[in-house]
Amino acid sequence: MSGKASALLLAPARWRRWEYALWAAIWAAPIVFTSHAALINEIAIFGLFALSLDLILGYTGIVSLGHAAFFGVGGYAAALFAKHVMPDPLVGLAVGTVLAAVLGALTSPMIVRGTDLTRLMVTMGVALVLLELANKFDSITGGADGLPGVMMGPLLGQFTFDLGARVASFYSLAVLFVAFLILRRVVNSPLGLSLKALRDNRLRVMAIGLSVNFRLALIYTLAAALAGAAGALSAQTTGSATLDLLEFHRSADVMLALVLGGTGWLWGGPIGAIAFSVLRDLLSSFTPQYWTFWIGLFLVVLMLVGRERLFRPWTWFKRSGS
Amino acid sequence: MLTLLFDGIAYGMLLFVLSLGLAVTMGLMNFINLAHGAFAMAGGYILVVLMQKAGWPFLACLPAAFLITALAGALLERTLYRPMYGKPHLDQVLFSIGLTLMAVASVDYIMGSSQQNIQLPDWLRQRFEFGSGATMLGMGAYRLFIVATCVAMALGLQAILSGTRFGSRLRAAVDDPRVAAGLGIPVNRVFLLTFAVGSGLAGLGGALGADIFGLDPNFPLKYMVYFLIVCAVGGTSSITGPLVAALVLGIADVFGKYYVPKLGAFIVYALMIAILLWRPQGLFSREGKK
Repeated sequence: MSGKASALLLAPARWRRWEYALWAAIWAAPIVFTSHAALINEIAIFGLFALSLDLILGYTGIVSLGHAAFFGVGGYAAALFAKHVMPDPLVGLAVGTVLAAVLGALTSPMIVRGTDLTRLMVTMGVALVLLELANKFDSITGGADGLPGVMMGPLLGQFTFDLGARVASFYSLAVLFVAFLILRRVVNSPLGLSLKALRDNRLRVMAIGLSVNFRLALIYTLAAALAGAAGALSAQTTGSATLDLLEFHRSADVMLALVLGGTGWLWGGPIGAIAFSVLRDLLSSFTPQYWTFWIGLFLVVLMLVGRERLFRPWTWFKRSGS
Repeated sequence: MLTLLFDGIAYGMLLFVLSLGLAVTMGLMNFINLAHGAFAMAGGYILVVLMQKAGWPFLACLPAAFLITALAGALLERTLYRPMYGKPHLDQVLFSIGLTLMAVASVDYIMGSSQQNIQLPDWLRQRFEFGSGATMLGMGAYRLFIVATCVAMALGLQAILSGTRFGSRLRAAVDDPRVAAGLGIPVNRVFLLTFAVGSGLAGLGGALGADIFGLDPNFPLKYMVYFLIVCAVGGTSSITGPLVAALVLGIADVFGKYYVPKLGAFIVYALMIAILLWRPQGLFSREGKK
């Protein structure tokens, strides 16, 4: 490959200065805002969840309204593991991740076939099936009341989870950082390039002889694993697992957060999580009961105007079509 | 068991009327409209308002629900939906979710969040029973009315689709919008009329089924899945597809909830996943691409 072409392809992989600065700021946040550590923890988990969705939505073009299925599986797996087997957080995290990955691998044959609508329905269907199962087998999952009293052991044998959530926030941020690094490596590899090609023109990818189904299954499993990790973190740091982990609004919220942050570049997940939390807090302080109306209005206007324009303020006052 | 079958058929016919507009919109304009449930909810609330506040009789409220929702649908299509036609499916999904959220919150604000009580007229509260024992067929007058109305509408729609010029234009536009436009068919007007009728049907279905489904502001979020299942399983290129899918869905749901209440709606979702795995384009779809 010529020098110029390889330089062009490798350019996105290089860390830019603002990325270092942003990560430094993120890591400093639990130290500076100690009273908001629980919120930081929640945003970090949400950011990881959105990052996993970006992998399938932004890089591969799979519209999934049931990503909460993996979040919930990871959460319940980690909670049940901590309750019945072993309270070590890292092992529980691994268990949640692996189980969600298994579910992703099992359901990946369903998403490779059919139209966008079929994929939408199948992903939503899987999440709904899991929600129903969790609801009905309440002897295991606690049903609508949830699974309380998940006591976690100390992290790495030393740091106990305190009520102030400082350890929890560092824990979640660490997992988010590791996931970010892994994904950065994946999307800037030849596999990542082939995924972007898949998103843009599946027929062409098939024509050049790349295996579409394998790639889709692989990336769906990876995204499921990361979503399961996020769910496990959620169960471990909040000490409970409820049906809310599997609900539709989780899938819709994470999709909205990702759209806010921007799909197709890895930062969309974390930035979108921050933006969504800020937006939700702002709206809830104005109208605590009807804030969903303003979220809906924001969505409608955003989609009418065009998603990409959110990040290009110079296009806001131009007519579309440019 | 026959009674269960009849109840399932009634439920299925209701789902059919509610989902037909969604199926046609998806097949015609390739637009995933998740806000369709909001139109159904609007129809239900129109019925409630007209019956309780204005004192209209039940039968008069049904055409009113149809017309008002159809007008609202036409208005929204012309102003909000039309710019969204060419956009990617993700944008359409998020747009319609946004509309649904707005509708749910508005109805919550205006009408309150408790479930609405529908006072059915006396002649609809009767019950007819035939046979006895295990083969007893018990039919409530309300469900009979629903089945009769939906069958009549299905037949009427099929007649319009196959017998009128508008019907053939619609079928042409569904098959290939570009060629249809090239032939001089006013595709925009066909879209507008179809969307309006589809929304009107949703409103009518919402009014008819308000007593069965339960009417509260969360209605769209609860039942949108069912409408989408009917469209995905039945395919979007005919009327018979969603009809069969809705009937299967309705019967499966009623039987499942009666015989295996522990699994509840799980049966319906599992059935949908199984059918979509077997035939991803839907049971009756003619297309193999997209």
